[in-house]
Amino acid sequence: MADYLLPDVGEGLTEAEIVGWHVAVGDTVTVNQVLLEIETAKSIVELPSPYAGTVEELLVEVGQTVTVGTPIIRIDDPNAPAVEAPPRPEDVAAEGPETLVGYGPRETVSRRRRSGAASGSVLAPGHRPPVAPPAPAARPLASPPVRLRARELGIDLNQVRPSRADGVISMADLTAAPAATAPEMPPLKDREYREPVKGVRRMMAQAMVESAYSAPHVTLTVEIDTTHSVDLVRKLRQDPRYAGIHFTSLLLMARACILALRDHPELNARWDGEAITFRRYVNLGIAAATPRGLIVPNLKDAADLSGPELARAIQQLTETARDGRAQPADQAGGTFTITNIGVLKVDSGTPIINPGESAILAVGAIRRKPWVITTKDGSEAIAIRDVVTFSLSVDHRFIDGAIASKFLAQIAAYSEDPSGLGL
Amino acid sequence: MSDLIQLLTTDGVRVEDPDVAFAPDAALLAEHGDEAGVLRAMLRDMTLVRRFDNEATALQRHGELGLWPPSLGQEAAQIGAGRALAAHDFVFPSYREHGVAWCRGVELVDLLGLFRGSDHVGWDPAEKGYAPASIVIGAHALHAVGYALGVLHDGAVGTGDAARDTAVLACFGDGATSQGDVNEAMVFAASYNVPVVFFVQNNHWAISEPLTRQTRIPLVQRASGFGFPGYRVDGNDVLATYAVVQRALEHARSGQGPVLVEAVTYRMGAHTTTDDPTRYRTDDELEVWRRRDPIDRLAKHLRATGAADDAWFAALEAEVEAFGTDVRTRCHAMPEPSALASFDETYVEITPTLAAQRAEVEALLALDETAEVAR
Repeated sequence: MADYLLPDVGEGLTEAEIVGWHVAVGDTVTVNQVLLEIETAKSIVELPSPYAGTVEELLVEVGQTVTVGTPIIRIDDPNAPAVEAPPRPEDVAAEGPETLVGYGPRETVSRRRRSGAASGSVLAPGHRPPVAPPAPAARPLASPPVRLRARELGIDLNQVRPSRADGVISMADLTAAPAATAPEMPPLKDREYREPVKGVRRMMAQAMVESAYSAPHVTLTVEIDTTHSVDLVRKLRQDPRYAGIHFTSLLLMARACILALRDHPELNARWDGEAITFRRYVNLGIAAATPRGLIVPNLKDAADLSGPELARAIQQLTETARDGRAQPADQAGGTFTITNIGVLKVDSGTPIINPGESAILAVGAIRRKPWVITTKDGSEAIAIRDVVTFSLSVDHRFIDGAIASKFLAQIAAYSEDPSGLGL
Repeated sequence: MSDLIQLLTTDGVRVEDPDVAFAPDAALLAEHGDEAGVLRAMLRDMTLVRRFDNEATALQRHGELGLWPPSLGQEAAQIGAGRALAAHDFVFPSYREHGVAWCRGVELVDLLGLFRGSDHVGWDPAEKGYAPASIVIGAHALHAVGYALGVLHDGAVGTGDAARDTAVLACFGDGATSQGDVNEAMVFAASYNVPVVFFVQNNHWAISEPLTRQTRIPLVQRASGFGFPGYRVDGNDVLATYAVVQRALEHARSGQGPVLVEAVTYRMGAHTTTDDPTRYRTDDELEVWRRRDPIDRLAKHLRATGAADDAWFAALEAEVEAFGTDVRTRCHAMPEPSALASFDETYVEITPTLAAQRAEVEALLALDETAEVAR
């Protein structure tokens, strides 16, 4: 006994209409005898019998539209394989009516199973075979990419309930499935996420809190015409003594600070509540933004260096820091700090003093601005000049506004006329 | 020349042609005794191939094949050309040359593997001198010319040694003549004078496009544009097709360069099992060609001349029926392919990327295996 399943006579057709039967129950048919005509979306096709024997039952009616894979006629073929036990539900799921691809090579095997199923049920002529969603398959149905994703997520496909009618697990079904192990990365669509604070960030936070809540800060700013400094920088870039150095105005300011600290040692000192410790050396800190966060390495004994030595040392210091190779010793023992906020296109701010120090200078962006100048004949005019802003924060516990202002004025003077810097 | 060469009328009567005569080669005569024996063998060839083709069409309707391109009606063109080939010649077929495959010694059931999804080719192309089916229309004309160029470089042309001189047969249809690849192949073949025969089975329909839309002139006339000879032969006359292709192959083997053969025939069936020809052609047209059936006319000739009697035909009918059943049984028994076959059969040396993908698929299969065992 064998059932003929509606074949896909086109390429990827899913259903066909029964146009007419050429045989009736009780007829004897031979292999390839025309049994019926069907009409698909593409054509009218005669279907030849795969079996020889007596027609037992016509399982579909004329006019009915039938899904590919549905049994349409039962033939008592003595040579057909013996009827096996009814198939388990998973077989139906795996080889159900909507399977369009791949049933060809398995046909011999699967037909027997389905034949068994059909013989166990009573299908009246014209009865529409059930196309209900299949039960979950014991061997889960899923495409290779879905299987791979499931494996990556540690999901057991046996635990996944397919949402598709054909029982095939989709990528979307995986998201609802329980994972064996939590994925390491946070899901992309979280509206918030936490990042543990460690390393450089943690150090920075501790230093800033210690400084801001122990030393009362006061910040002064000054805006000055730095055109001559800019001209000097251009000149020194051509100077053979500074060959191989990317000379910037920051170097001028470092030199200016070192000279000004001689006259205002309070800004190079330290307050510990009992006494003020003055230093006869300058360990000049340069704040550097690195991929890991803000660090402030300092240049030891910066006051002892000549102009070219200072330039080379600062360049080396900042490069080492940006490469993430600054050592803890490089960051310890600083006495005064410069932070170059100009590279961030910012003019001024209220910098927080590095712990263990008493002052910090923020150098702003140099901008072309209208400026009132005094011409040679003593009259005033408006000219376009290079203008920069300095912001100086000091520890107000022992540095008053007068001292800070004098220091800032001296820096400003060097910036306006850098001839005295000895570079 | 645009005149149709014919040696056997639709009534099964032998006629003369001023240029071409039917003269089976020595090997065929030796195998089948005499000319009548050769003709009986050709009728048997055509009948077996038709039975196979009908069975394959039915197998598609049974749900055993994904697709099938029927050769019904083109048997004489294919057997005529196929039997004219020497063993060491090489064929580049399209997907419909079941008769040529048969002549090359390919097991016909092996043609089904590609359409059942259980094999990539099904035979050893080098051993059979028969390349894998080209599904891309006309692309293999270039492969044929490339192979023929290789034959030329091997010096296997024009030596006068019949065991050495080699020809290449490129089989395609009238639709393919509209493809760039085929035209480029013809230009190149002429440029280098390679030993190739372009064998066009003009079956009048490029799926649903009629020949009249493909060309304003007989296809054979295109040969003169490329600068090589062309023959137009009755493709439903196995004698004429054999004679013309035999001459064309000899032309190529002797170093005189490419030849075009237009075999005028008719596709009695659908383009493929997916197609419905009643939508674009008339029953009247089909009836005209039914009267020109290639098998009927040779059978008539053999009966009329007494070369075959009722007993011979009865024996053939029994053989053919058993053959059909055997094809069906062996088709059912084709093994399921390995999912790794695509990796193993595409390149001689697998690329690193494919090797990595192969390992990935292998791991996935092992995973499936595990799930199977766990169940």
